[in-house]
Amino acid sequence: MSRQSNRATDSKKMNSELFTLTYGALVTQLCKDYENDEEVNKQLDKIKFTSHVVLHRFFQEGCAAGKITNKMGYNIGVRLIEDFLARSSVGRCHDFRETADVIAKVAFKMYLGITPSVTNWSPAGDEFSLILESNPLVDFVELPDNHSNLVYSSLLCGVLRGALEMVQMAVDVRFAQDTLRGDSVTEIRMKFIKRIEENLPAGDE
Amino acid sequence: MADEALFQFLHSEIIQYVNSAEPGESENGRCVSKLENMGFRVGQGLIERFTKDTPRFKDELDVMKFICKDFWTSVFKKQIDNLRTNHQGIYVLQDNKFHLLTQLSAGKQYLEHAPKFLAFTCGLVRGALSNLGVKSIVTAEVSVMPACKFQVMIQKM
Repeated sequence: MSRQSNRATDSKKMNSELFTLTYGALVTQLCKDYENDEEVNKQLDKIKFTSHVVLHRFFQEGCAAGKITNKMGYNIGVRLIEDFLARSSVGRCHDFRETADVIAKVAFKMYLGITPSVTNWSPAGDEFSLILESNPLVDFVELPDNHSNLVYSSLLCGVLRGALEMVQMAVDVRFAQDTLRGDSVTEIRMKFIKRIEENLPAGDE
Repeated sequence: MADEALFQFLHSEIIQYVNSAEPGESENGRCVSKLENMGFRVGQGLIERFTKDTPRFKDELDVMKFICKDFWTSVFKKQIDNLRTNHQGIYVLQDNKFHLLTQLSAGKQYLEHAPKFLAFTCGLVRGALSNLGVKSIVTAEVSVMPACKFQVMIQKM
């Protein structure tokens, strides 16, 4: 059939769209699941410091879905690091700056096809920002008004945190800016917390 | 340009999440339908993007061929190995090495978990067909890993 021509080039793009759309479907499902979630309400009962409605919104959209995607990202990161180390010929990083370079230039390139820029180093060199010109995860996304608190791409934070933990680095990762919420760029802020000591036997005191 | 490993990991996380959100044997059906619904939405989106420059399909069989060749290749990097039909609206798509099952053991050990790994894809196919104007029911079965069969039953409108 004539329809088979020039499909090969599309294949890679399609796969990225598959990922983007699947992630979208997941977030949509999470938002649905947590709309009337009892867990969320239970937590609300415990914490009473602002108006119920505001807090409810915060938990519902900002936290619940974001937290779960973050946790899922962590689980993915823990496994993805092995794939990454096996496929790239990257060795051990000697400082945080080198780590930042590897993340931006090798890892992001490999998995998402983008190269974020590394900026805003703290004077101590333990904190930096990844600036994403485009975020493939949000290709087809628009946040509706009632989900303005949702940290849509928090999966990425989890992935970074999980992957780095497997190479003995405890790192705090969060979104500082997000184009979905009206900022001009997407900024992921990463802060080195500590080196995880290797020689601690698990579960031993 | 997302690497396929990323999709695979995400897929298994989704399965994990859906199952933990709906614990218990009796809820199993709900898990599967949740996964299926997600797949449906993704299938709709993908086919919309994918067919925007293709000419109109001749008939139902033409649509099915498209799913087996082009659609499958772009999503799972291979074609469907065998397409059979009874010419009365039932199609059986056989994949001898299904991408999302290749990470599981090929033995019998995880056979009972296999349906979870197929539900999303069933939805994917149903969603794709639905946006091509073909209403269907898609089910899947595995007898030997990692081969599986998708059965598409076309609903006459």
